[in-house]
Amino acid sequence: MDMSIHRDTPTPLTGAPLSGPMAGPRFSRPVALSLALVAVAALAPWLVSAYELNLLARFLAMGLLAMGLVLVWGQGGVLSLGQGVFFGLGGYAIAMHMKLAALGEGELPDFMVWSGLDALPWWWVPFKSPLVAILGVMLVPGVLAALFSWAVFRRRVGGVYFALITQALALAFATLLVSQQPSTGGFNGLTDFQTLMGVDLGSTAAAHGLYWLTLALVAGAFLGLRLLMNSRYGMLLRAIRDGENRIRFLGYDPTPFKVVAFTIGAVLAGLAGALFTLHAGVVSPALVGVVPSIEMVIWVAVGGRNSLAGAIAGTLAVNLAKDGVSSAFPDLWLYALGLVFVLVVTLLPGGFAGLVGDVADTSWAKRLKSIIVGRSK
Amino acid sequence: MNATAPASHIGTIDPVTNLLLAVDGVTVDFDGFKALNGFSLTLDRGTLRVLIGPNGAGKSTLCDTIIGRVRATSGRVIFKGQDITHLPEHEIVRRGICRKFQTPGVLSGLSVVDNLMIAARRDRRWWCSFRQGVDAEEKARVADILETIGLADRAHIPAGQLAHGEKQWLEIGMVVATRADLLLLDEPTAGMGPAETSQTAALIRRLVGQHTVLVIDHDMSFLEQLDARVTVMHQGQFLKEGSVAAIREDADVAAVYLGRTKEEKHG
Ligand SMILES: Nc1ncnc2c1ncn2[C@@H]1O[C@H](COP(=O)(O)OP(=O)(O)O)[C@@H](O)[C@H]1O
Ligand SMILES: [Mg+2]
Repeated sequence: MDMSIHRDTPTPLTGAPLSGPMAGPRFSRPVALSLALVAVAALAPWLVSAYELNLLARFLAMGLLAMGLVLVWGQGGVLSLGQGVFFGLGGYAIAMHMKLAALGEGELPDFMVWSGLDALPWWWVPFKSPLVAILGVMLVPGVLAALFSWAVFRRRVGGVYFALITQALALAFATLLVSQQPSTGGFNGLTDFQTLMGVDLGSTAAAHGLYWLTLALVAGAFLGLRLLMNSRYGMLLRAIRDGENRIRFLGYDPTPFKVVAFTIGAVLAGLAGALFTLHAGVVSPALVGVVPSIEMVIWVAVGGRNSLAGAIAGTLAVNLAKDGVSSAFPDLWLYALGLVFVLVVTLLPGGFAGLVGDVADTSWAKRLKSIIVGRSK
Repeated sequence: MNATAPASHIGTIDPVTNLLLAVDGVTVDFDGFKALNGFSLTLDRGTLRVLIGPNGAGKSTLCDTIIGRVRATSGRVIFKGQDITHLPEHEIVRRGICRKFQTPGVLSGLSVVDNLMIAARRDRRWWCSFRQGVDAEEKARVADILETIGLADRAHIPAGQLAHGEKQWLEIGMVVATRADLLLLDEPTAGMGPAETSQTAALIRRLVGQHTVLVIDHDMSFLEQLDARVTVMHQGQFLKEGSVAAIREDADVAAVYLGRTKEEKHG
């Protein structure tokens, strides 16, 4: 009897059977496809304009955050409407460092001088060190997310209440940033960066290097998350999503499983925020508040909350559409996004990744495959 | 670990160490309504006990209290000589109690075999879930249970696709897979036909000895097939205890319970 454990891709919420290329532990084809995609993407600096490359780099950075949401929301069933907070923490961590690195001895960032500060706030000081800044990009959101989610999950707060708490967190974070103008740059945020560790950020080499760094991190996170989702941890996370009590009464404590997922999601969001800040040259409260946090969930809903590749595709598609729609009709974008969200939630609960999977499951697709592969019946 | 002593030794075992579970005067108060009211019960190692009582008697609440889902307002639950009344649920389970819920609690998104593998896992601390590889002993145990519950040929379909009776069996299998010393089976035959019911009775009888089993049910033919000591509860309180035959004849029990069941059966 075949007793091997099925290490298959995440089961859809509907509990429908998995079949087709996603059903078994056959990694070779998806891995080959992913490698080919990464290879093509690596050539982008020579294929697209500098402006387009910058856009692509930003969207890929956001894809890191979106993959984190696949783990947190798709696999863990924990809807977070506060990912903007962790995105912002990562962004501000690297931005603070770049502001400080551009200064001479005893100087203060320009906006602090204008606000009448005469000394650097104590919490800015460690970010003079590039190492602290880079670690801070991941550790500040990670530690905060771990403490916050542990406190909330151990009280068994979940579902809508958790979503509301995270939304309140996003609101509070953006409000705090705006209100503490002398030390945060207020509504304008932090901008006007020159160099990162001695590299001129305006140069083509820096743009290409940062793009490749982003691509490498996206590929690495994709592989890492895939391993994690196929591990026993991933199986338990999905099991907790589908029946937290059953898992608890099999002797597992669900809290740390969810805390780990939420923390990984926050670390990826922090990395995404830092990379985005480097590509965009700015980080501000408008990028981290309630609306951006909801948009992040929509990218993943559109792409497919249980599919890493779907989440990246959804992020790219929604943001490309945003770029097009909002430059032509700035007032329309939020309505269009809301409409897309409602349509996806009602018609395509698995997002576009689910649609692709469904198409692969239809009888004609199977017949086509059997013709191509040459297996009868 | 907690291997049951061979049958020939049971008579010589010190009765205190042979005691597995003691529910000691437990009251559960739901906003003034006492679902359990000073209820006590003891179970010896390796025995089978059936708990019956009319709907709302507090049987499920008793299981909930033992496993920590519901907390006793007063009284204690002693398991293997230790007070477990206030432990977190997963701690109680790790000490050796597992419960089957009244409505089947299988993980419908996971395959049948994954349901069992999760249950069979001995090290359930979270950081161990990152380890690769499957314990050979756990695997063998799961294969064994799959055969026993008759789902070997359906091991890889999602548990949500099983028929109702098969889900009940899978959940019994999961409870057994945890190697718990004490199994709490809440209405394991709900929704089963006569043939499935007697198969379930045979399955449960095979578990006794290795495990201590507390079964909740009110199907009379099922009780007869189990042929175990019966405890009757009523309105959260102990009513009677005895053999199936004695309980059947008991006038008090008939008044609160059996009479009604007979009416239902004939009606
Ligand atoms: N969480 C709860 N809150 C309030 N009342 C409850 C709760 N759970 C059970 N009860 C009540 O306690 C009584 C016993 O329920 P239960 O233990 O499920 O009975 P049984 O399993 O014997 O049919 C019932 O009257 C039920 O309505
Ligand atoms: Mg009940």
